[in-house]
Amino acid sequence: MGNHIGMMVTFEEIAPLSCPATSITSYPPLRVDALVKRFGPVTAVEGITLELRSGECLGLLGPNGAGKSTLIRSIVGRVIPDSGSIQVFGSPADSTAARNALGWIPQELALYPRLTCRENLQSFGRYHGLSGVLLEQAVARCLDWSTLTDRGNDLVKNLSGGMKRRLNMAAGLIHEPRLVLMDEPTVGVDPQSRNHIFEMIEKLRDGGMSITYTTHYMEEAERLCDRVAIVDHGRIIALGTNAELVRKSFGERSQVLARFAGADDRVATWVTQHGGQPVEGAAQFTIEHPTEIAGLLEDSARAGLELLDVSLRKPNLESVFLHLTGRELRD
Amino acid sequence: MISAIVRTAIVSLRRDRGALALSFILPVVFFSIFAVIFGGRRDSTPKVKVLLVDEDHSGASQRLVKGLQSEGSLVVKTRPAPVKGAEQPEYTAATVEAAVKGGTASVALIIPHGFGESPISFGGDATNRPSIQLLEDNSDMVAPQVVAGLLQKVAVTSMPDVMAEQGSKYIDHFAGGLTPEQRERIDQSLGYLRQRQESGGASTSSGSGGSGIIAVTARAVVGENKNNPMVSFYAAAIGVMFLLFTASGAAGALLEEAENGTLDRVLSSRVTMTSLMLGKLTFNSLLAFSQLVLMFLWGWAVFKLDFWSHIPGFVIMGVCTAFAVAAFGMLLASVCRTRAQLGALSTLVILIMSSIGGSMFPRFLMPEAMQRAGLLTINAWAIDGFTKVFWRDEPLSHLWPQVLVLIGIGVVLFAIARRVARRWEYA
Repeated sequence: MGNHIGMMVTFEEIAPLSCPATSITSYPPLRVDALVKRFGPVTAVEGITLELRSGECLGLLGPNGAGKSTLIRSIVGRVIPDSGSIQVFGSPADSTAARNALGWIPQELALYPRLTCRENLQSFGRYHGLSGVLLEQAVARCLDWSTLTDRGNDLVKNLSGGMKRRLNMAAGLIHEPRLVLMDEPTVGVDPQSRNHIFEMIEKLRDGGMSITYTTHYMEEAERLCDRVAIVDHGRIIALGTNAELVRKSFGERSQVLARFAGADDRVATWVTQHGGQPVEGAAQFTIEHPTEIAGLLEDSARAGLELLDVSLRKPNLESVFLHLTGRELRD
Repeated sequence: MISAIVRTAIVSLRRDRGALALSFILPVVFFSIFAVIFGGRRDSTPKVKVLLVDEDHSGASQRLVKGLQSEGSLVVKTRPAPVKGAEQPEYTAATVEAAVKGGTASVALIIPHGFGESPISFGGDATNRPSIQLLEDNSDMVAPQVVAGLLQKVAVTSMPDVMAEQGSKYIDHFAGGLTPEQRERIDQSLGYLRQRQESGGASTSSGSGGSGIIAVTARAVVGENKNNPMVSFYAAAIGVMFLLFTASGAAGALLEEAENGTLDRVLSSRVTMTSLMLGKLTFNSLLAFSQLVLMFLWGWAVFKLDFWSHIPGFVIMGVCTAFAVAAFGMLLASVCRTRAQLGALSTLVILIMSSIGGSMFPRFLMPEAMQRAGLLTINAWAIDGFTKVFWRDEPLSHLWPQVLVLIGIGVVLFAIARRVARRWEYA
C-alpha cells in the first residue's frame, strides 16, 4: 500500500505548479478520524473527523485557539495525538510515504535568515532527499512560483515581510508534495502582498493540488476554498461549501445591520429585546423579507434611538460562525 | 523619572535568572576558586612534590633526606605509589628522570655517590666534588626554584656538624693551622653537635640561602629544547576555553531554530531528530577543530611553537577535544529554553570549568583537592593531552587516557543531549 506515494516525480513529468498525475488514486489525499489531542487539562482537538477530496482546497476556519494549528501539526507529525488516526493518501501520517507526499507551510517564518532565498530552498530540498539537477530545477521552479527569481541571491533577513512569506510558502513546496497544508500563510502581510499570495495559491489550486488552508479570515476562506470546515473549541461545528453553510444556517434569510448614535448599552438592550445581536457597535438582525426593515426602524425610533445608517446584506461565513457559536470570528 | 527607570530595571533583572546568576553567583564562585588556589585556606596550601634518589646512602645524605622529608612545604617521594597494594622499588636515576618526563612531579633530586665525603663547600672548590642533580620540568617555573632554595636551607639545619667541621677545616687551612688544644676542643664540639642532631634537637638555623653551600647541578629533562616553555600550554588551555564558548554558541542555533519554527519544518521532512543532532554535532566538532588548528598555527607562526613535528598527536588530541566540547555545547543548548538562558548558563559553567580545569592557570599550582576536581572538566584532560604531545614529546600510545576520557565525555554528553532534545521532537 502506498508505494506510489514515495516515488519522486520529476519536474519534466508534471505541468508547472500542478499536482503530479500520480495523485489520482482511490485514497483521499487526507483522512482524519476521531482525532483527539489534549495538552494537560486543555483539549485542543476533540474528536475531529474530516476527509479532503482530491484536488480540493478545504478551508479550516476558526478563531485563534480553536485547534486548527494543532490539527495541522498533528497531520505533519509534529504533535502526537492522544487518539484517532490520520492517513495521507492511505498511508499513516508518520510514514515516509506520507512525509514525501505532504508539504507544510507553517504559520511561522521557518527560514534560515542568514541564508539566501536560493540557499534556503536548497537546504529544505536536501532535507527532503532532493539533489543534483532535480534540486536545482525545483529551486528554480519555486523561485519562479513565488516571483523571487531576481531576489534568489538575497539574504532572507533583508527581504520584505511579504517576500519572506512567499519564500516560506515556496520552501513548503520544494519537494513537490501532492497535498499542501497551509497554516495561516498571510499572517502579518499587507493587502497587496496578501493578494499576491492568493494568486500563488490559486495557481496551485488550478493545477489540481490538494490543499488544506487554515485561516481566521472569512474573506480568504470564501475566495480560496471549495469547502470550509468551521472549527471551534477543537471541534468541526459545520462543514460544506460556502453556499451550503450559509443556507443551512440562514436559509433564504438576509441580514440587516443598523448603526445608532448614543449609549451602547441602550442600543444593546433594545437589540436583544428585538431578537438581534450587537456586532461591533451595530445591531444585526436576521430577516425573512426586506420589508421587515421598516418595522425595525419604526420600533427603534419609538425607543428614542437615533439611526445613523442601515444596510441589508446576504449572510456570509462570518455570519454563519456568529450564528453557530454566538461569538464573532475574531474574538 | 529616574526611580521609575530603576524600578523597571530591577523588575527585569529579577525575572532574568541568567543575568541574576551572572551578576551574583558567578563572582562569588570565582572569588572562592581563586581564594582556594592562592592560599586563602592555609590547610590546603599547595606543596611541592619532589622525587628523591639517594645513591650515596651516607650519614650526611640520609640526614639531608630526612631534613627534606621534614620540610612542611615539600612532599618527598623516594618510590612510586604502590600498584595494586604492591610496594614499588625505590627510584633510580633513570626511573626518576622518566617520572619527571612523564609528569609525575616537576622536580627530582639525585644525591650522587660520594656526596657524603664532601657534602658542603664554602668556597669555589665545588668542581671536584659530586653535586646533587636537580631534574626539572621547565613548564613549572616555581617548584624547581623552591626545591633549590630549600635544599640549601636543609643543608644548614640538618647538618650543623658537617657545616662546623667543614668550617674548621677552612680555618685550619687558611689561618695557618690550629694548635692541638684547639683541634681537640673543636672535635669535642663537633661530637656534641652530632649528638644533638641524632637526638632530634637541630636548631632552626636561618641558613645561607642561595649562595650554594651544597653543590647542585640543575638540568631540565622536559622542555630543555623548547623555545617558549608555556606557549604550547596556553595554546591548549586558552584554546579549549574558547572552544567551549564557541561550541555552546554554535549549538545555540538549535534554540534559534526551535524558536523561529525552522526546527519544526526540518523535522517534518525526512530528517529525524537524531540525524539533525548528529549533523549539528559534526559541524560543531569541525568548527572546534578548525579553531584549534588556527590557534596552534598562530602559536607556530608567532611564538615558534613546534607544530609541524607534532601533527599526529595534535590531530588525535584535536579531534577528541573538538568532539567533547561539541557534545558539551549540544547538551547546554538542549537543556536551555532560550538563547539568553544558554548565554548565562554557558558563561557560568565554562568559566568555572576553565578555572578549575587549568585553562586560566596551570593545575600544578593548585591544591591537591582542586587538581583532582579539575579532572571532572574537559579542559584538564585536553590540556594534559596537548601537554603530553607538545611539551613532553610522549609517544602517541601514552595519549590513551585522555583520548578515552574525552571520547567518553563526548558520547555521554551527546546521549544526554539527545535524550533532553526529545522535548522538541513531538508535542
